[in-house]
Amino acid sequence: MLQGWVIVLVSFAYLGVLFAIAYYGDARARAGRSIIANPVIYSLSLAVYCTTWTFYGSVGRAASNGIGFLPIYLGPTLMVALWWFVMRKIIRISKANRITSIADFVASRYGKSQALGGLVTVIAVLGIIPYISLQLKAISSSFTILAHYPQIVAPAHAATRPLLQDNALYVAAILAAFTLLFGTRHLDATERHEGLVAAIAFESIVKLLAFLAVGAFVTFGIYEGFGDIFRLAQEVPRLKSLTSVTGSGGGFTTWGFLTFLSMMSIMFLPRQFQVAVVENVDEDHLAKATWLFPLYLLLINLFVLPVALGGLMLFEGGGLDADNFVLTLPMAWQQQGLALFAFIGGLSAGTGMVIVETIALSTMVCNDLVMPVVLRQRWLRLGQRQDLSGLLLTIRRLAIFAILLLSYAYFRVAGEAYALVAIGLISFAAVAQFAPAILGGIYWKGATRAGAIAGLSSGFAVWVYTLALPSFAKSGWMHEHFLTQGPFGVALLKPQALFGLGSLDEISHGLFWSMLANIGAYVGVSLAGRPRVEETAQAALFVDVFRHTQGLERSPVWRRSASVQVLLPLIGRFLGPVKAREAFIAQARKRGLRSLEDLPGDAELVHFAETLLAGTIGSASARVMVASVVQEEPPGLDEVMDILDEASQVRAYSRQLEEKSRELETATAELRAANEQLQELDRVKDDFMSTVTHELRTPLTSIRSFSEILLDDPEIPVAERTRFLAIVVKETVRLTRLINQMLDMAKIESGNAEWCASELDMHEVIRESVEATSQLFWDRGVDLSVVLCEPAPRIMADRDRMMQVVINLLSNAVKFSPPKQGRVEIRLDAREGFLQVDVKDNGPGISPGDHQAIFEKFRQGSSAVTGRPGGTGLGLSISRRIIEHFGGRLWVESELDRGSTFSFVLPLRGALDQGALQSAVVSE
Amino acid sequence: MKRFDSTGQRLAALFMMGCVLLNYPILSLFARSEEIAGIPLLYAYVFGAWALLIGLMALVIEIPRS
Repeated sequence: MLQGWVIVLVSFAYLGVLFAIAYYGDARARAGRSIIANPVIYSLSLAVYCTTWTFYGSVGRAASNGIGFLPIYLGPTLMVALWWFVMRKIIRISKANRITSIADFVASRYGKSQALGGLVTVIAVLGIIPYISLQLKAISSSFTILAHYPQIVAPAHAATRPLLQDNALYVAAILAAFTLLFGTRHLDATERHEGLVAAIAFESIVKLLAFLAVGAFVTFGIYEGFGDIFRLAQEVPRLKSLTSVTGSGGGFTTWGFLTFLSMMSIMFLPRQFQVAVVENVDEDHLAKATWLFPLYLLLINLFVLPVALGGLMLFEGGGLDADNFVLTLPMAWQQQGLALFAFIGGLSAGTGMVIVETIALSTMVCNDLVMPVVLRQRWLRLGQRQDLSGLLLTIRRLAIFAILLLSYAYFRVAGEAYALVAIGLISFAAVAQFAPAILGGIYWKGATRAGAIAGLSSGFAVWVYTLALPSFAKSGWMHEHFLTQGPFGVALLKPQALFGLGSLDEISHGLFWSMLANIGAYVGVSLAGRPRVEETAQAALFVDVFRHTQGLERSPVWRRSASVQVLLPLIGRFLGPVKAREAFIAQARKRGLRSLEDLPGDAELVHFAETLLAGTIGSASARVMVASVVQEEPPGLDEVMDILDEASQVRAYSRQLEEKSRELETATAELRAANEQLQELDRVKDDFMSTVTHELRTPLTSIRSFSEILLDDPEIPVAERTRFLAIVVKETVRLTRLINQMLDMAKIESGNAEWCASELDMHEVIRESVEATSQLFWDRGVDLSVVLCEPAPRIMADRDRMMQVVINLLSNAVKFSPPKQGRVEIRLDAREGFLQVDVKDNGPGISPGDHQAIFEKFRQGSSAVTGRPGGTGLGLSISRRIIEHFGGRLWVESELDRGSTFSFVLPLRGALDQGALQSAVVSE
Repeated sequence: MKRFDSTGQRLAALFMMGCVLLNYPILSLFARSEEIAGIPLLYAYVFGAWALLIGLMALVIEIPRS
């Protein structure tokens, strides 16, 4: 039943279904109702990771290495847990910059460097092409095996067959046609292929179901469950070791290295980048994929070891390749339908990988390898062609064709050689070289273009030396001596035991040295040099993508300008005039403009155009193209720094903080001073209160006691009574005076005092004051001399207040002068613009420490001679305030035992020249 | 933003847990010739730990938090 034509028919039917799905997917996408916009489809499309190398190869690997095949799937499981950070960032960056391939990503990150894009493309192509060959081989040999049903034969070596009878050639041709249909039907600025993704997701379901079906058949159909298989296998000594790590596959070190290797592959294989990043519809889909995708991997591996063990036991000594157990086991049990299903599963695994990988590679080859060269060729006169989108499509198609042709050629040459069989992991190791440049690029701003180039090329060189060349040597294409004795017999340089490191298996060994060289050169060269301005700009856009996302529509750095009239035709030439026009109109609408002619030719528009173009021809070429029509000023270094340098922001912040904290310190100091002042005032107030009460109580006490005597004893003689009453009156007067003075003081202090300023004759004031106090002088026998200058100075002041001051000074002077020998002199001088009055006595003097204190309320100079002087302690305080009110100053000059001189100055009428007064005061 | 942070931290913790569980030396503890329900211990352990990891990741992602 399973004749060749049936298999071919079923295969084509399957491909037809695929195409129908893809067509439907594209149609839905055009209608705006995407069928792939859900996380399950996204997770399934990620399963393009599982190729025929998984579908057939895992069993083969398990048959020789036991559970050593598992790290290839454990690594991705671990890595997707970190995708939340890493992949989300890569997707965000790629969407913002319209990055369409891994080469473009690296090129764009390091200053849109064409050299880097080309380098990445070369590495990817050289590393991946043998891997595609492997898929062709698997599909072709599975076809051959199935077509020989019911016999089970090993497929003949491809190289021995004539070219036209080699079904691998037809497989390659059909896949090329299919890829062309899927991948390059139209040009899209985002390079997204919705229909393709839908088909890939469908393929993932098919291959999983096929493998599960075969696995379940072997486990539960042929054997009686897992336990049965393992129990039987334990009895075969050769198989016992397959269930341990140490017994096979190089032990725990290899396990660890393979885990790491697959962690890198799941991110940086071009096909993974294509489905995970480029075809991603919504970055929130990552969340569900975080557990769905590992679940898929777990399921597809569940039956690998049972199938391997079952096959090894059943075909004991049959000489069959374990790689084909998935197919040959159902065949041996005459399960035609299942065998066909298994074949279709393998076909889906192979086609999915080939299609996506080829599209990803062709994008890279076209944008990063061919376009930069083509655009430089002046003889092609590309500048005169109106529409280059056809040219672009042609290049893509040729690239797809060339890649598949090369893959087929490699398959023909390599055949069953080691170089093809071992290529899976060697390919992984090749793409792992991208890891430092990309991961470093999205987290480390200091990474430079030179560093990336150095890292990639040295890592790739070591990869070639330690992995690629040995695989050639093992295939017999190079002399054995190269492996066994090292090049030119230098044992230290043996490619699989470099510098004598012989304890690792070849993959771990190659991975270790290549990553060491790669990371070392990347970091070392980056640190040794300085990034250029474009690199710094791109670095910031990539590393701070979550911060810049809002502003990515405009380029923050470049001051560039070009009008719509210039840009639109340029973009149109690559994208097609209609599409370009649509994109520009959409942009105009987004900016709230009515038509695209209104778009200002600013940096934002240029950036938009360049990003649009980058989606089609790659960022590096887009930059070159746009630069050819744009007025560009290099960004000032300050500008770059201002916008991009995080440090400057931080510095500004810290400056602000420092300033704030200084202000706070000042404020604190002021507050502390104010607090101290308040406390001092509080203390003064307390003193004041106690003084006032004391001053009030003294006269009250005597008034009360004398009044009580008079009340109690009516028999007091008249003379006595009169004396007592006189004391009562005197004390009452004193009390009244005290209260008046306090009221006076309070009025002055609160600013409510009444001042009646009028023109005064100072002579008159002094004369009247002297008369008023003459009785005091007389009583104490103190001599008073009055010296008045002529003519009498005239001032503007309140007559009563002035007299109050002079009387206060005179009565103080007489109070402190020694009785009988006291001499007081009052002197009036008129100087330039002001008058000065001095009242000099020959009393005990005032110690300099008290010169200020005596002017305070209730503070009186202490004197050893006189003890506590009489008086209220308010007089001088009031006097000073009065003098100050009229613009003058009152002070004292005195030393102990040398008498005192109280002086005040007042501005003369008509000479209220503050300057003159102040200079006079200062000169005192 | 809160959800972003806590989910990310949990996933990072799961990553580290997975790295420890599925590597030397923890792995070597199970590399013995014993069986659980007829299945070799190491094989059962790797798949068990793997499934546990996936289950926890699903839990972290799918259980909504206030």
